[in-house]
Amino acid sequence: MFKFLEPNRIFLITSKAPKYVMALFIVVFFLGLVESLILSPEDYKQSHSVRIMYVHVPAAWISLGIFSSITLLSLSGFIFKNKHLFLIAKSLAPSGLVFNIIALVTGSIWGKPTWGTWWAWDARITSMLILALFYLMYLIAWRIYADKENVFKITTIITIFGIINVPIIKYSVDWWNTLHQPASINLLSKTSIHPSMLFPLLIMTAAFTLFSLLIFLMKYNTELIKIKNKGLDRL
Amino acid sequence: MINELLHMNGYGIYVWSSFSFTFLSFLTLYVVIKIQYIKERNKFVSKYGNLDSKKAEVARSRIINKEILSSSQSI
Repeated sequence: MFKFLEPNRIFLITSKAPKYVMALFIVVFFLGLVESLILSPEDYKQSHSVRIMYVHVPAAWISLGIFSSITLLSLSGFIFKNKHLFLIAKSLAPSGLVFNIIALVTGSIWGKPTWGTWWAWDARITSMLILALFYLMYLIAWRIYADKENVFKITTIITIFGIINVPIIKYSVDWWNTLHQPASINLLSKTSIHPSMLFPLLIMTAAFTLFSLLIFLMKYNTELIKIKNKGLDRL
Repeated sequence: MINELLHMNGYGIYVWSSFSFTFLSFLTLYVVIKIQYIKERNKFVSKYGNLDSKKAEVARSRIINKEILSSSQSI
């Protein structure tokens, strides 16, 4: 069923892809910076501090997306007994954790001029911090368990518990009274953000997605070479 | 113009520190992953170099091994 995931075939593509992804990332990131720091307007209430949104929101979206993908891949790997899916999931995790940290830190910086505090134990912020802890547990599990069967089981369990937190993060601003503002962008209903701010936000999201793809490809290639190193030992 | 861009009505410190933190995080992650890649690749090249001719031939028959040896992942 997963014959197209055969490492020999995939490596032919993944070993060449990073340089193209890197070039595209640089172009899109530069465009995103110009749009978000120079061309986009300031907000009538938050003034220029609204520009923090252009790094904070894409980072939060991508960290949530990556964790959901890791869960899906781990579960599929477990159900279909495909070790390669675990390898893909493992390669996604470092960029997911870094984007989660970026979302927390930039959110904290944004909180100071907006709410008057660097940190509040508010539902959205706390649930994002919990997600970072799940990312950490996931990555630590890969480091401390040498036995593959064990690590597959444990990382899948971590992602199953962690994924419960994802809808909590998404709906925390609706379920509880939080300092954090409700979502301005909604796929199913009307978006309340002005196009002049939506455009830079989407460009930055594209740039961040390209960066996570670049890191994923580099990490995945490293993992494949690690496996091949063990293969050479067995020869 | 430059002053306005840096100062941003007093919000410059918050905006620039957020963008700088993001940029530094990207750079750190990239460098860490790149170092891991180079380390593993060098290990592979050195192990491959130590194989006797028979084993090297077996290893060379696999496409992925050839690809690892030929690819320098230029980024």
